[in-house]
Amino acid sequence: MNIYVIMKRTFDTEEKIVIENGKISEEGVEFIINPYDEYAIEEAIQLRDDHGGEVTVVSIGDEEVEKELRTALAMGADKAVLINNEDLDESDQYTTTALLAAYFEDKEYDIILGGNVSNDNSTGQIGPRLAEKLGIAYVTTITKLDIDGTTATMERDVEGDMEVVEAQLPLLVTAQQGLNEPRYPSLPGIMKAKKKPLEEIDYDDLDVDEDEIEAKTETIEVYLPPKKEAGKVLEGEIGDQVEELVKLLRQEAKVI
Amino acid sequence: MAKKVLVFAEARDNELRNVSFEAIGAGKEIAAGGEVIAAIAGENVSSLTDQLFHYGADRVIKVENEKLKNYTSDGYGQAFLQIVKSIDPDAILMPHTSMGKDLAPRLASKLDAGLISDATGIELDGEGVVFTRPIYSGKAFEKKKIKEGIIIATIRPNNIAALESDESRSGEVFEESVEIKDLRTIVKEVVRKSTSGVDLSEAKVIVAGGRGVKSEEGFEPLQELADLLGAAVGASRGACDADYCDYSLQIGQTGKVVTPDLYIACGISGAIQHLAGMSNSKVIVAINKDPEASIFSVADYGIVGDLFEVVPLLTQEFKKVLQTS
Repeated sequence: MNIYVIMKRTFDTEEKIVIENGKISEEGVEFIINPYDEYAIEEAIQLRDDHGGEVTVVSIGDEEVEKELRTALAMGADKAVLINNEDLDESDQYTTTALLAAYFEDKEYDIILGGNVSNDNSTGQIGPRLAEKLGIAYVTTITKLDIDGTTATMERDVEGDMEVVEAQLPLLVTAQQGLNEPRYPSLPGIMKAKKKPLEEIDYDDLDVDEDEIEAKTETIEVYLPPKKEAGKVLEGEIGDQVEELVKLLRQEAKVI
Repeated sequence: MAKKVLVFAEARDNELRNVSFEAIGAGKEIAAGGEVIAAIAGENVSSLTDQLFHYGADRVIKVENEKLKNYTSDGYGQAFLQIVKSIDPDAILMPHTSMGKDLAPRLASKLDAGLISDATGIELDGEGVVFTRPIYSGKAFEKKKIKEGIIIATIRPNNIAALESDESRSGEVFEESVEIKDLRTIVKEVVRKSTSGVDLSEAKVIVAGGRGVKSEEGFEPLQELADLLGAAVGASRGACDADYCDYSLQIGQTGKVVTPDLYIACGISGAIQHLAGMSNSKVIVAINKDPEASIFSVADYGIVGDLFEVVPLLTQEFKKVLQTS
């Protein structure tokens, strides 16, 4: 089976956001594999172990992404590909999709996995956008995946409810939390990862026309939400506090 | 300049979702005097069209087809694309729900267009439309616009006000017949798991539990309070990781991002990753044994105490006042 994973490097979820010169500062920030993409990598490794084949993890970004790609290799992926877009001025989900579509153009794949959203921009656009460009079916927010021959049976999370969906390969799926428990890279895994192939492709080596990948959206401003002032911590007997709380919610906050 | 705006409404259990009306409200603003066309698709949607006019649609398009009984990206994708082609709108809005998240990127990709996902605010700027959207799960916000061409956006529930319903409004319903072929994904079964039927992303009130609930049974008093208030039950990552509840309830940077009118956090310490998912709620109540818990720093009202004592008392008190009012 030819298994691909599309992965993004993101801020650790525990990071606070600092804005400097109108941009989000990356100084001193811990980066991780986007948590939802981690589920995708784990699922890809399990698929390969059950069905044979190869797992290739593809990411877009600058050289720093090599670190997260090596982590994916240490988890058990076979190959990694970095599409370097450092020299690209601006990029949005349209651009990213165009680059990925150009990369996949001459590849043979049975399944492409990704996270259902990234924990930074959280648009969830790339999976469906890419599937559309490649002309393959897609299923988002999956929590279970079984493949039998060329038939994939999935469970997907639909706002708390669960759908059982069936589709034929080739297919693109996006992972939701609950799909699996991603493994930690083992020490031998980390050693092996150093020797696994990590290919770097410059974005303009892909078959894309600079004008055609230009971002369709622009960001005008980035800002932090107004800091919330600490509220009222009630005092007295618990019973009285509860009574006061209900009164405040009805009369002051007017939410009930 | 007046614009023609197409809004894809969404129904669940044959009832229009409130975010559909909010999207029509957003559409009105973008249309700036132009036309707002609401489209609704499903197996049988005729009973829903009146309400779309009440909430401001100028024209309604319905698509009925047995293959649209369950949402699939192929089925709805074909139906919606056909409507887009026949209307040729300046802007398309969809709810940022499971359906909108799944389908809007496909439409945008098909149309080679930009897409603003998860918009929480709209401003007009001359000819352009500026959208506000949260990033890093609400730790920051950005203002964005589509540089040129068709504007496509998904609207987050509970953020943009719907117009007041005006039952005297009506209009003409157009029926679009679509031929749906080659469904590549088949929905075999839908299993209802949401307990009270109130969806987290659209809930006006959420009662959420953290590690402090201690067990699966520990959620029972929270559920009772939620049932009384017509609220949804949510959870922190800690509670989900400890297997006290299903991951589908998780609120936070991994999990759902919610903005209800009232968020009652019970036994939740307030890790950054949880705060990201709920701190933009309008009013936050924190109930926690630990007075130092960081959840109190974002709470409007706090009670320092054991949730197993406080929550049942709260349910009792609400019962009392809601009965007499």
